[in-house]
Amino acid sequence: MKQVPALKIDGITIHQSLAIIEYLEETRPTPRLLPQDPKKRASVRMISDLIAGGIQPLQNLSVLKQVEEELQLTWAQNAIISGFNALEQILQSTAGTYCVGDEVTMADLCLVPQVANAERFKVDCTPYPTISSINKRLLVLEAFQVTHPCRQPDTPTELRA
Amino acid sequence: GQPILYSYFRSSCSWRVRIALALKGIDYETVPINLIKDGGQQFSKDFQALNPMKQVPALKIDGITIHQSLAIIEYLEETRPTPRLLPQDPKKRASVRMISDLIAGGIQPLQNLSVLKQVEEELQLTWAQNAIISGFNALEQILQSTAGTYCVGDEVSCPQVFLYYRFKVDCTPYPTISSINKRLLVLEAFQVTHPCRQPDTPTELRA
Repeated sequence: MKQVPALKIDGITIHQSLAIIEYLEETRPTPRLLPQDPKKRASVRMISDLIAGGIQPLQNLSVLKQVEEELQLTWAQNAIISGFNALEQILQSTAGTYCVGDEVTMADLCLVPQVANAERFKVDCTPYPTISSINKRLLVLEAFQVTHPCRQPDTPTELRA
Repeated sequence: GQPILYSYFRSSCSWRVRIALALKGIDYETVPINLIKDGGQQFSKDFQALNPMKQVPALKIDGITIHQSLAIIEYLEETRPTPRLLPQDPKKRASVRMISDLIAGGIQPLQNLSVLKQVEEELQLTWAQNAIISGFNALEQILQSTAGTYCVGDEVSCPQVFLYYRFKVDCTPYPTISSINKRLLVLEAFQVTHPCRQPDTPTELRA
């Protein structure tokens, strides 16, 4: 698909971020990234798919390149705003400390990068207090800090933390 | 009560879930949501409360409502585990999810109604074709290593639906996709759930 990420692990290569994460969950089950209860798992997957399938693909580089340059920002913003309008509503019934209850799940892994994209595309997040406060709580966790775009091997100097 | 599926006859995402329900022998009631009539019934207040993304499908089951077709299918798999829709081996499961996500996240969202409406009318067909062609180029390659009778091995898994015919995509470059699709279309679960046989199929498109 000529996209990142791809993970080489256990002698295979997997792509599609959620397929990778589900494989990690099944082969390295602790700590959990999905709750045990099937209904809560459905909520986690629903939120993850909403972001990974419903928002991100519409505002990624290869799609934006097909849109006229002066319309690209609005296009990306619309994709994010439609998705965030829905997500803010869904989180009213699923969220605790994090997206689904009080443990970090796959849904939270999808949320933080998407909020970062929203900021990149100058989307006003005031209408999304739940998304914003969950994002804030996640960003202080070590796993979200060490993996941040500003601390990667390939982060350009001018963008380094 | 019986599960309720909110579905549009032609929606490929709805068809995926219909197939999963059929394969697992789960009876359900269909509430048709017409994506075009009345400005699009998915925008009604009632439906929006059910699915804030304003998309089909949505499934009411076991006292909850789930949307996002793959999340629905994974829930069905976990609560009604036979017959299986995902293999037991984690590496094969990864292949199934990878292919499902490629289609459901990498192709379909780029050619669905709400995105196409944002593209100039005379460019819409090419846009949809490009989305499908990019995805199918990748998928055809991936299937070389995963496919048996079907997409991953010889058991039907996470139902794949190929809507290339609607957008007139030439499928000669995709012999593996085409032959798997042909094999799947003769199976009962794929036939009874086909868009041409739904409660809301318009008369002129009925089988």
